[in-house]
Amino acid sequence: MSMLKLSWKYLLAKPWNTTLNILLLALGLSIITVLILIQDQFENKMNRDAAGIDLVIGAKGSPLQLVLSSVYHIDFPTGNIPLDEARGISRNRLIKNTIPLGLGDNYQGFRIVGTNHDYLDLYEVTFAAGEAWNKAFDVVLGSRVAQKSGFEVGDVFVGSHGIEAASHEHDEHPYRVVGILAPSDKIVDQLILTSIESVWYAHDEEHDHGKMEEEVAKTGFPEVVADEERELTTLLVQYRNPIAAVQLPRLVNSRSALQAASPSFEISRLFELLGVGISLVQGLALIIVLIAGLGIFIALYNSLKERKYDLAVMRAIGASREQLFVLIILEGVLLTFLGAVTGLLIGHFFLYILVMTNEQGALSGLSAGVFLTQEWWILAYALGVGILASLIPAWNAYRTDIANQLTK
Amino acid sequence: MIATKSIQFSYEGIPAFEIPDLEIRGGEALLVLGKSGSGKTTLLNILGGLLAPRKGEILVDGLSLYSLKGQKLDKFRGKNIGIVFQKPHILAPLSVAENIALPHFFSKSEANDKVDHYLKELGIMDKKHAKINTLSEGEAQRVSIARALVNEPKIILADEPTASLDDENARIVVQLLKSQAAKLGAALLIVTHDQRIKSEINQSITLKRKDL
Repeated sequence: MSMLKLSWKYLLAKPWNTTLNILLLALGLSIITVLILIQDQFENKMNRDAAGIDLVIGAKGSPLQLVLSSVYHIDFPTGNIPLDEARGISRNRLIKNTIPLGLGDNYQGFRIVGTNHDYLDLYEVTFAAGEAWNKAFDVVLGSRVAQKSGFEVGDVFVGSHGIEAASHEHDEHPYRVVGILAPSDKIVDQLILTSIESVWYAHDEEHDHGKMEEEVAKTGFPEVVADEERELTTLLVQYRNPIAAVQLPRLVNSRSALQAASPSFEISRLFELLGVGISLVQGLALIIVLIAGLGIFIALYNSLKERKYDLAVMRAIGASREQLFVLIILEGVLLTFLGAVTGLLIGHFFLYILVMTNEQGALSGLSAGVFLTQEWWILAYALGVGILASLIPAWNAYRTDIANQLTK
Repeated sequence: MIATKSIQFSYEGIPAFEIPDLEIRGGEALLVLGKSGSGKTTLLNILGGLLAPRKGEILVDGLSLYSLKGQKLDKFRGKNIGIVFQKPHILAPLSVAENIALPHFFSKSEANDKVDHYLKELGIMDKKHAKINTLSEGEAQRVSIARALVNEPKIILADEPTASLDDENARIVVQLLKSQAAKLGAALLIVTHDQRIKSEINQSITLKRKDL
């Protein structure tokens, strides 16, 4: 026998009460856990994916939408911009480098991104197999795309128009897999990368097969014949110097057809908007935890009334006041410890479900297996609640009047 | 083994109890009789170290009981004084064996495990792992006796141990208390108004209250 075992036996004697208290506490703590896990990983991922991109230039519309669609590939693009204008802007002396993107197609929900090799360098990709594209309709698959589709180098598939699955298919222009990327935990994991030319040719009415055999542009903009009116979706811009951050957005926004949006600015705005909701849910979770604490307090307090004889008997057979105090505190601590562990497990499990059912959305790429240091704080917080809730009942146990109790 | 010297005790608003000096040697038994309200249970609480008297001294094997304070008194009681109550007061969340082992745990004498010995002595070995709510009254009282004996105390105090038992069980319980106390060489004091016990134990004193 030990104090812990004795406390545990008393908790087991009331299984329903004990389970209810553990679950209530676990519910509150699991919400907090999920929020912490998502917030931490989401912000990390958001920042990682936007690293190296100072500005996004695209068609007029919502700046947040522009950033979400062209950096994180979650929202719809705002529209297209003429190649000429894009080329014009990119010659600005404030710009160090631009990466053109042509969006608009998908394969089973995975977005096909037309770009150049600079995009691969931006995300510092490594190849698990094959190599980068050289010709139109050569594609490189992100690791998740490869894993989900089961494609290997040399396989061929047909893309669909639009950025969501099951739209009209471009069956005349199959894509050929030439490379597969190693997992990087970045957005490229979920993308199908190819040349801008591929995206253009897939949408062309006439087919010039000679053109398709030519090498595509590896950096900068593809060469086009003057009378062709080609379009891009967005430009990812790197500043040459800090002055650009002040001047360039204003310059771009003053041009009628274009809009510039800063990923870091838009994302912090997004978190600000989400922050209100997160605080609300967090507050709710804290209240649930407090109610759970109250539940534990009431359960211990009530059980103590029934157990006064038991406690008096323990004193009579040699237990000290301090031991009874510890006995009750241990019950509170045991309850909250189990509640905390259950809550953390449920939280991780919930995130796992969330990520699994949301493979191509904003939460994809988050991991449920990550353990954060903040989770130790959840445990400590729960134990604090347990000690607090059992303090008054424990004090009552400490003061048990043996002689009075036993002779009643 | 246990002796009292001019103990006085009174509850507020009630005249003081008259408690005669008494002494019980090891292996002897004493019956304390008296009407209800005459202070029988109060005397038992005082002797058991559960309730300090207003005045006077209780000597257990030469040691003044209430010179011990707090934890020391609790541990001393756990080791040297076994108490059997009117109701068994067995802890329901624990099994029979765990209940009987509890005094070992609280007085930190677990090395000297006597649980099985007393289960056998009291004839409840087959109930070792039984749940408390499956025991009969007589069995429950025997469990509580085993719990009082397991630390092999010098003094055994019993408060109306037979009050809720039928004749057969009452006789068994008194016999068990007598024989086990004799085996341990412990002093046995039984507080009762049960006529059935009188024939079993010769020595007795009767408590009175001045106004009763």
